[in-house]
Amino acid sequence: MLTLLFDGIAYGMLLFVLALGLAVTMGLMNFINLAHGAFAMAGGYILILLMQRAGWPFLACLPAAFVITAAAGALLERTIYRPMYGKPHLDQVLFSIGLTFMAVASVDFFIGSSPQNVQLPDWLRQRFEFGSGPWMLGMGAYRLFIIATCLALALGLQAVLSRTRFGSRLRAAVDDPRVAAGLGIPVNRIFLLTFAVGSGLAGLGGALGADILGLDPTFPLKFMVYFLIVCAVGGTSSITGPLTAALLLGIADVMGKYYLPKLGAFIVYVLMIAILLWRPQGLFSREGKR
Amino acid sequence: MSGAVDTPDDVVLQTLGLVKRFGGITATNNVSMIIRRGARHALIGPNGAGKTTLINQLTGVLAPSEGRVLLGGRDITTLAPHKRVALGLVRTFQINQLFATLTPLQSLALAVAGRRGRARRWWAPMGSDAQINAECEQLLAQFRLTDFANRTTSELPYGKRRLLEIALAVAQKPSVLLLDEPAAGVPGPERADILATVAALPDDVSVLLIEHDMDLVFSFAKTLTVLVNGTVLTEGTPEQIAADPQVRAVYLGDSVPARPGAHHG
Amino acid sequence: MRRQLKSPAGAAGSAGAADPGALLLAPSRWRLWELALWAAIWAVPVFFGQHAALVNEIAILALFALSLDLILGYAGIVSLGHAAFFGVGAYGAALFAKHVMPDPLVGLAVGTSLSALLGLITSPMIVRGTDLTRLMVTMGVALVLLELANKFDGLTGGADGLQGVVMSPLVIPFIGRFEFDLGARVASFYSLAVLFIAFLLLRRVVHSPLGISMQALRDNRLRLMAIGLSVQGRLVAVYTLAAGLAGAAGALLVQTTGFASLDVFEFHRSADVLLALVIGGAGWLWGGLVGAIAFKVLHDVISSFTAQYWTFWIGLFLVLLMLVGRERLFRPWSWFKRGQR
Repeated sequence: MLTLLFDGIAYGMLLFVLALGLAVTMGLMNFINLAHGAFAMAGGYILILLMQRAGWPFLACLPAAFVITAAAGALLERTIYRPMYGKPHLDQVLFSIGLTFMAVASVDFFIGSSPQNVQLPDWLRQRFEFGSGPWMLGMGAYRLFIIATCLALALGLQAVLSRTRFGSRLRAAVDDPRVAAGLGIPVNRIFLLTFAVGSGLAGLGGALGADILGLDPTFPLKFMVYFLIVCAVGGTSSITGPLTAALLLGIADVMGKYYLPKLGAFIVYVLMIAILLWRPQGLFSREGKR
Repeated sequence: MSGAVDTPDDVVLQTLGLVKRFGGITATNNVSMIIRRGARHALIGPNGAGKTTLINQLTGVLAPSEGRVLLGGRDITTLAPHKRVALGLVRTFQINQLFATLTPLQSLALAVAGRRGRARRWWAPMGSDAQINAECEQLLAQFRLTDFANRTTSELPYGKRRLLEIALAVAQKPSVLLLDEPAAGVPGPERADILATVAALPDDVSVLLIEHDMDLVFSFAKTLTVLVNGTVLTEGTPEQIAADPQVRAVYLGDSVPARPGAHHG
Repeated sequence: MRRQLKSPAGAAGSAGAADPGALLLAPSRWRLWELALWAAIWAVPVFFGQHAALVNEIAILALFALSLDLILGYAGIVSLGHAAFFGVGAYGAALFAKHVMPDPLVGLAVGTSLSALLGLITSPMIVRGTDLTRLMVTMGVALVLLELANKFDGLTGGADGLQGVVMSPLVIPFIGRFEFDLGARVASFYSLAVLFIAFLLLRRVVHSPLGISMQALRDNRLRLMAIGLSVQGRLVAVYTLAAGLAGAAGALLVQTTGFASLDVFEFHRSADVLLALVIGGAGWLWGGLVGAIAFKVLHDVISSFTAQYWTFWIGLFLVLLMLVGRERLFRPWSWFKRGQR
């Protein structure tokens, strides 16, 4: 059971990194970006392509995935996302669904629809075991690596948010973009950077977790729901909110699938509905936030 | 569910120790107010004093942090906003809240239908009820909106929209009417219309008026409450308030003479 | 974003001292073009019997889109899970036909009632919360139902679907008895008739005080409360009605095609109907119909070029449509003008 908990935490941390960009985009630009999953998928496929076709080592592909998806995000933000900011949520939803469809179909066309296999390096395939019996804790090195990386990212982002000037400008822009602009904060540039970093994180998460999550063209739609759950339940106004929600989700999903295989993903959705019924603004949002 | 408060018969609306906090800010600080039947009561004070916040709590748009609101002796502190309207507590908004895609006629017809309990009818088309039609015709005439009756509200000039805002409230046949800066920003002719309407309200309707226009306040009100920083500074008749040095210092300044009526303008 | 109801309002110049009753009633009168359009629509299955299956499909999609219009165009709720009600209606009618009684009209009533019930039960979820949480909850309900239908495969046939739903003849009092034929002619009339009845019903509702209050709710909820009307009650009513109509569409699908499969609950069904409605225009009664026809045409045209990758072109279409602005789709001269809508 401890192993399950461990696996759940790893899954949760992965979901956190993946969903964080989406949460920030929603909180900052009030933009519901359902194409976020496509960035994650892109990161995964970048990893695959670099490893299989260019022979890059696993570790080197991770930052590459981040950088390439971040660049793509920046380009898209500047060109087609920006005109959509003020538009109603319905338009944004349809727009981003359209982008997702395009991404999914493109991947299907160019690479094919079969799931991709990631060849993890040997040092990540080790496994450490502690204890025995039902309380045994088995930790795969891969999952340990995931937890460590995501934790480092979370701490780093929190530090950036609370200790740097960019962080305080970002928080100001989230609170009230017009006032922030009035103070001379370059809101457009902050949007651009934030969107790029958020997409990059998604790409990194996709690359990092490709083995666990399974990489095929249906990835964006399959996991989009999970990302949205993290944002809806965790709220979009902090880092700790989505983190907690993601961990809850990860653990619930892993444990649910193990103990109640018949009900599988079902549990997560019911849990989400229950939570949103109880607290419609999410577990961690400030009161009255849109 | 009536409160345990012994309410004299002529008190129609009253607050008891109303407090509203937003995080660290106390917008309403222990306000206890009484409005009597037939009142012509004005609430004045500098901007940011919390007048609209108070109205929002009276109407149920905001829930108070502490304190109670009683309507005719009945505790309505937790009653939903639309149910308070049914009890006769009606307000207008400082910033026009209208139905942009409806016409004034449609808006008024809806308001009247609501009051008559006919707003849930789903088969007979709007316009088939002669009584509602007649009331609308009368309201349109009263507020000089007849010529604009069939224009989309979003196309109306501002003064007419303000008139519609008040017409919607009057259509509810309120017993207690809360007017939030009815004449604000309204140009000449419509301003006179609004003032005339406010003056012509029936005697048994109790009116609480928020206004900055001192001419209007002093010509209309018989009782004044001064609100500063969410706290009631003082209450009294127009003469008392105009002469009160505290009020002059905080709000009125020298623009209003100590004896209102001596000022022409 | 919202189209106005057809009304004589907005004309420059006043109506003067016209009778308020007449002015209020005017929008509810049938216009010539509406009558003409319906005549044309009914003419299709009568004179073009070979396209009966297509008519059937479009009628069902139109009914589905019309039901979505109620919550999107009037209540302003973005739902990506409307297929939940469609699916409940579908499986409800299918199971009823297989295990209880194969009468189509009774089955239709059962499917409609079940989905309306689901709508009623889930309505508290959509009355509160932000756009995002509502989106999640609607999607979540559809996903839960999909999983349920998948898991209870003894009942629903699981991934294989529920086959062999055979309906008994359609018996309409005073008119006759119609066997469902393989050519789908009876089916097309049946679905079109249900659509027509729903349209008539909604048309009455839209012009009634309730309908006007829904338009008012869309415009300004605060004001609606301030004239003493309940926002929540109306939202629940409209959501329940929308759910029921969506269920009717689902029931029609299984009754006319003879089987039910899991894809009635799938995301793409919710997304497709949303797209169809957006193309046709949310907020006016004809939006669902126009959208359904346009969507079907679009789908067939694109599929004839590239059957497998039609999602790409649909995606592109969506992206461009949203960038250009939904209302400007039908006004090409405004495409090159900057700025406001």
